[in-house]
Amino acid sequence: MALDATNVTINAWRRENGRVGVRNHVLILPVDDISNAACEAVSNNVKGTMAIPHAYGRLQFGEDLDLHFRTIIGTGANPNVAAVVVIGIEPEWTKVIVDGIAKTGKPVEGFSIEQNGDFETIRAASWKAKEFVHWATELQKEPCLLNELWVSTKCGESDTTTGLSSCPTVGNMYDKLIPQGLYGCFGETSEITGAEHICAKRGATPEASEAFMKIWQAYQDDVIFAHQTDDLSDSQPTKGNILGGLTTIEEKAMGNLEKIGRTSTYIDAIGPAETPAKGPGLYFMDSSSAAAECVTLMAAGGYVIHTFPTGQGNVVGNPIVPVIKISGNPRTLRTMSEHIDVDVTGVLTREMTIDEAGDALIDMIMRTANGRNTAAETLGHREFSMTKLYRSA
Amino acid sequence: MSNIPQLLVHHPEDNVGVVVVEGLTAGTEMLCVVTHDNSDFRMVANMDIPIGHKVALKDLSEGDTVFKYGEDIGKMVGASGKGDHVHTHNCKTKRW
Repeated sequence: MALDATNVTINAWRRENGRVGVRNHVLILPVDDISNAACEAVSNNVKGTMAIPHAYGRLQFGEDLDLHFRTIIGTGANPNVAAVVVIGIEPEWTKVIVDGIAKTGKPVEGFSIEQNGDFETIRAASWKAKEFVHWATELQKEPCLLNELWVSTKCGESDTTTGLSSCPTVGNMYDKLIPQGLYGCFGETSEITGAEHICAKRGATPEASEAFMKIWQAYQDDVIFAHQTDDLSDSQPTKGNILGGLTTIEEKAMGNLEKIGRTSTYIDAIGPAETPAKGPGLYFMDSSSAAAECVTLMAAGGYVIHTFPTGQGNVVGNPIVPVIKISGNPRTLRTMSEHIDVDVTGVLTREMTIDEAGDALIDMIMRTANGRNTAAETLGHREFSMTKLYRSA
Repeated sequence: MSNIPQLLVHHPEDNVGVVVVEGLTAGTEMLCVVTHDNSDFRMVANMDIPIGHKVALKDLSEGDTVFKYGEDIGKMVGASGKGDHVHTHNCKTKRW
């Protein structure tokens, strides 16, 4: 009997907008790179807060600026975040971020540094951060349904074992939970290359397939052909992929697509860091294939748990979203097991079926939602990497 | 003999399989399992082949299409005998 995700509960935080969060962070969020130091100082003053420094936010424009704002706002708005202190160099863009996050109904307050200096900004922001921590730490978890979670996926340091074991494990989880109302998300526009024709067929509607192909073709034209200096054989598959036995991009892409299972279809293809708008189901998100960038974009889109198959052993984490690592490579389990949450090596020895592996992952998703820290969380992996579309002004 | 396979094959139409054990040595008679239908067969590995790397399931010539997942994953740019290692030295994408 398959698990009934419409009836199984997890204990989590229900936010002001009704969304379910599995972590309860008080974020100190910089609008721009030069506000990182003030954010880190506030976070040092007030225990129980987390600053998430990043590299950008000045002199960006157009679509690139939109993406920057969307990523920062989406990160603050994520249901894993209880409250947010925003610090920017100047008040106007700081207000853009504060107003964006405030739409969720959660507590958020902005501070700007110009004409205040770091000292005065840190003083005022620390008082507000302390107030938020007292408030957030008294919030109680409550029973929420498993199918209220938003669960994203991306694989990294792939090899042939990911296509055989860890990626189909995620696919099996999606095949079981998406029909029961889960929000899912896969992406990695560049790494679908080689299997884009197969991915196109997995759209739930002709419109969804067209939306995917439009994004994929734009990537080919604007990124690959515009900047290509050689035949790309040196970068895709990566050197790590090749060491792991992957030979061609087609082979790599086929393994990657195993993450959407046998029967799941995507209902829409959305832009980077965009929030799904067509209800429960699987979404394709236009996103980088670099692990930290991709997880950051999906977290900004509103996903609260990330499932991450790895072959050769990617160690990525995220500041606000628990990243569950799944591996079926026995050598990786032998050499770096501290990074792996779900061991599916039994799939390769035929001691575990994909169905059993999928159930093991669902169990780990529930345990993570209920509070178990992931390997990446315990090891302090908090990679927060902004995707940048082109040079700043 | 152990029931743990040394080689897994995704699809019945594939002409390559994947080594799934560490330290596979030349001359090993491998238990090969097709994951699609759980069928199995035995085949000898001609070389020491690392975990995760591919083995030709039949003789392949330059220009042959390589099938894995039942799909075209590239072409042979050199020959490979049955039981030989298939990788970047003899197999390449058709994309570029």
